[in-house]
Amino acid sequence: MNALRLLWVFFRIGLMNELAYRANFYVQFFQGLLRLGVALASLAVVFDHADDLNGWQPAELVALLGVFFLMSGVIGTLIQPSMQRFMEDVRQGTLDFVLTKPEDAQILVSISEVRVWRLVDVIQGVIVLLIALWQIGGDTGWREAGAFALTLCCGTAIVYSFWLMLATLSFWFVRVENILVIFQSLYDAGRWPIGIYPRWLRMGLTFVVPIAFAVTVPSEALVGRLTGATLMGAVGLALAMLLAARLLWRWGVKNYSGASA
Amino acid sequence: MSLLRDVYPVLFRTDIAVQFQYRAAMIIWLIGLVIQPVVYLVVWLTVAKTQGGEVGGFTSADFSAYYITYMVVNHLTFTWVMFEFEYRVRSGAFSPLLLQPLHPIHRDIATNIAYKLLTTVLVLPVTALLIWAFSPRAELQLWALLAFVPSLILAFLLRFFIEWALALAAFWTTRVDAINQVFFAVMLFLAGRMAPLSLMPDWVQTIAYWSPFPWMVAFPVDLLLGKLTWEETVEGLVAQAVWSLLALALLSVVWKRGVKAYSAVGS
Repeated sequence: MNALRLLWVFFRIGLMNELAYRANFYVQFFQGLLRLGVALASLAVVFDHADDLNGWQPAELVALLGVFFLMSGVIGTLIQPSMQRFMEDVRQGTLDFVLTKPEDAQILVSISEVRVWRLVDVIQGVIVLLIALWQIGGDTGWREAGAFALTLCCGTAIVYSFWLMLATLSFWFVRVENILVIFQSLYDAGRWPIGIYPRWLRMGLTFVVPIAFAVTVPSEALVGRLTGATLMGAVGLALAMLLAARLLWRWGVKNYSGASA
Repeated sequence: MSLLRDVYPVLFRTDIAVQFQYRAAMIIWLIGLVIQPVVYLVVWLTVAKTQGGEVGGFTSADFSAYYITYMVVNHLTFTWVMFEFEYRVRSGAFSPLLLQPLHPIHRDIATNIAYKLLTTVLVLPVTALLIWAFSPRAELQLWALLAFVPSLILAFLLRFFIEWALALAAFWTTRVDAINQVFFAVMLFLAGRMAPLSLMPDWVQTIAYWSPFPWMVAFPVDLLLGKLTWEETVEGLVAQAVWSLLALALLSVVWKRGVKAYSAVGS
């Protein structure tokens, strides 16, 4: 609960910081709409020539797009800015101030920066998702909704752990942001269901850069395509990665001796 | 002092030496460059498969040929000035460039070509790998290959002039991000990046035809793959030349005004 209270504090700080730059909201809103328009137009071009894509109906792919934007928003609001700040702190030595605070340092660095305006993406994603579900019709029951919520949490945990592990590497290697750029460019591949990609790419997008679990799996849960095995896999991987990230973090902090020491 | 004989060789040498230090960054850019065409290629391959092997005259092998060629042409013609200009203006790094008795665009062109020379070493094996993975098919013709060379050079110049002129927006606003995003969104559909233009709805094709976008990438690609007739090739080359000149004119007008509007940070 302490973590939630801290998150709320940092959220308020982020909001106050951003309220000074209100024009950013409109720019963010515009950019979000443009991204969404481009994505929907791409779907329109594809479905001009096909009735379904590897078994996914148009409305189902729109739902997947909603999940994609939702997840982008979560990453862009909290995960990415906090991790970037953390890596910058390691390089500049200002991480010492975080480590000396009487609170779990992993929690502190994970929520240290909140870009409030990126929540626009989350809201847009939810709206797209709801419209798509309404289009699909009444098949979505409590079972699907529950599986969706669970897989979405797992996906978020997996992406968060992935970023934290990469960022933790900055204790040893100073320049790891480059690797995160790779995540960014690969993440775009998640706009389409992972099943369409050839095997080597699918493996990479599932296990090397875990995008499949962030977008495709929750979408599958929502449209009722999820198998029990995938659900178990998502939960298992989420727990395993959270644990691995925690262990790596503690090992990293133990080895950390400040930027100038 | 002759520009081509004296200035460019020196710029090339220094740029190659400078950029050789950023080998890791190059590989990362390469992944970004490859991933987008591969994603759209896979989407269209899936569509082709569900439609019984062919979509709008494109077979799987045609799609592969289109997107692999597209990736190479895009690599050879892309610029990153629009991402750099905002930093240049904001940080004041632009001031020393303005003091030199050389238009800064020459330095950027030299940097771009030096970068391409270095990275092509990486793009070639990746292209070979993609050819192996996606087995493309195309009928190459000698005259088309010959015409491809000037079309590629013109495409490079056209893209460079337009994107450089657009980058100058940084003189007036710090919101270049949004402007760049609009540019790339338009380019996605009108330059044949999302889909070959012939798969687009007719009205999009008409807009594209009268815009500078298809001549920046799609035209050299179609030319190389032997999809164009003689007449279409000549027409395309003329369109490229006309748009390049227009872009150059726009660039010089915007440049003159922009430099006047520019005042370095801290002045």
